[in-house]
Amino acid sequence: MTVHSFQEHFDAKIDNEVMIEPRDWMPDDYRKTLIRQISQHAHSEIVGMLPEGNWITRAPSLRRKAVLLAKVQDEGGHGLYLYSAAETLGITRDEMFDQLHTGKAKYSSIFNYPTLTWADIGAIGWLVDGAAIMNQVPLCRTSYGPYARAMVRVCKEESFHQRQGFEIMMTLANGTDVQKKMAQDALNRWWWPSIMMFGPNDADSPHTAQSMRWRIKRFTNDELRQKFIDVTVEQARLIGLTVPDPDLKWNEERGHYDFGPINWDEFWNVVKGNGPCNKERLDARKKAWEEGAWVREAALAHSEKRKARKENKEVKAA
Amino acid sequence: MNQFINKNLYGDYGDKEQATGASGTHNTAGEWPLWEVFIRSKAGLDHKHAGSLHAADAQMAIENARDVYTRRMEGVSIWVVESKNIHASDPYEAASMYEPANDKVYRHPTFYNLPDELKHM
Ligand SMILES: [Fe+2]
Ligand SMILES: [Fe+2]
Repeated sequence: MTVHSFQEHFDAKIDNEVMIEPRDWMPDDYRKTLIRQISQHAHSEIVGMLPEGNWITRAPSLRRKAVLLAKVQDEGGHGLYLYSAAETLGITRDEMFDQLHTGKAKYSSIFNYPTLTWADIGAIGWLVDGAAIMNQVPLCRTSYGPYARAMVRVCKEESFHQRQGFEIMMTLANGTDVQKKMAQDALNRWWWPSIMMFGPNDADSPHTAQSMRWRIKRFTNDELRQKFIDVTVEQARLIGLTVPDPDLKWNEERGHYDFGPINWDEFWNVVKGNGPCNKERLDARKKAWEEGAWVREAALAHSEKRKARKENKEVKAA
Repeated sequence: MNQFINKNLYGDYGDKEQATGASGTHNTAGEWPLWEVFIRSKAGLDHKHAGSLHAADAQMAIENARDVYTRRMEGVSIWVVESKNIHASDPYEAASMYEPANDKVYRHPTFYNLPDELKHM
């Protein structure tokens, strides 16, 4: 087979919705795109534990604490599923960590915002996990097998994340004036960053067309963003909160909500590292990695010692 | 042909050593080994591949597998096997590998055209 026929074979599979598996031939750019996307996704799950972990010790009840712990643990699991999916493409776990720690790899900018009050935990579950679900459900049919399988697992677990967040918001919105104000304030701060989670407008998203062609992506950023806004605005109404967008208006003709301009300067600024918590998040990850080094080494040394002891015994027995 | 395959072995389960050995650019020396996890979801069913993880030894791999892959009672039994011990068939030989089964439709019950009146068969 020539390179040309490998390419044709690959294209035919994509066109016929046949999944690509790790040992199949794939164009280098397809592999690179996947490594970038999957590892970024994994980093987002891992860094995403930090803003919420911040509230585990301060959750208002034992029930809320248990739920938040379970949610944060799930996010750690999501990161692990995704890292191993990326590893099937030929990058190592340590290489990915290194890219994260040196700032070479990005993670979702949303996690560079601070969690100031308990209502933020509600807003994150409802909006951030909600936006993530919008993004992730179509990825269950993405063309790379290990990624798709990881996403199936992730999506099964995400739905409780969003529901518990909405429940927190609902409880606060039905509470005292102060509690209601807290919920509204959290919505005000998290709404626009959540909208930005879908990434730049299609016109400014150079990779979208190729990713759609490869069936890595199934919907464009703008399509997903619109979908999210349409369903979330109704949810806010249900609990009597106001979405902080004066231009928000139902458009009968389009069958969608029209919404105001997005502050892309803020978005790019946070992506470039100047968000309120970029440094704090990265420092926390690096600290965990560096201070955990002795554990990784000790476990490896211990297992090698045990292996040697066992081999010794076998030799003696023989 | 061979040279294409080597170039494109992207570290599938089990052939990681071979894949990384060929390119020589990946250093996994400090990493805990990679393990494949298989889970029996309930008694009576086969163990099925669930995913992979890193662990220093088999015991840690099983404990980690419990935390990573069975947080919602997805399993009653876990197998782990170090990924380097798995050997896989070559996707480029799939055509010839499975060809012998291709033209033997008579192995399927629907191949036999029997009268509708025939019962319990
Ligand atoms: Fe997640
Ligand atoms: Fe989540």
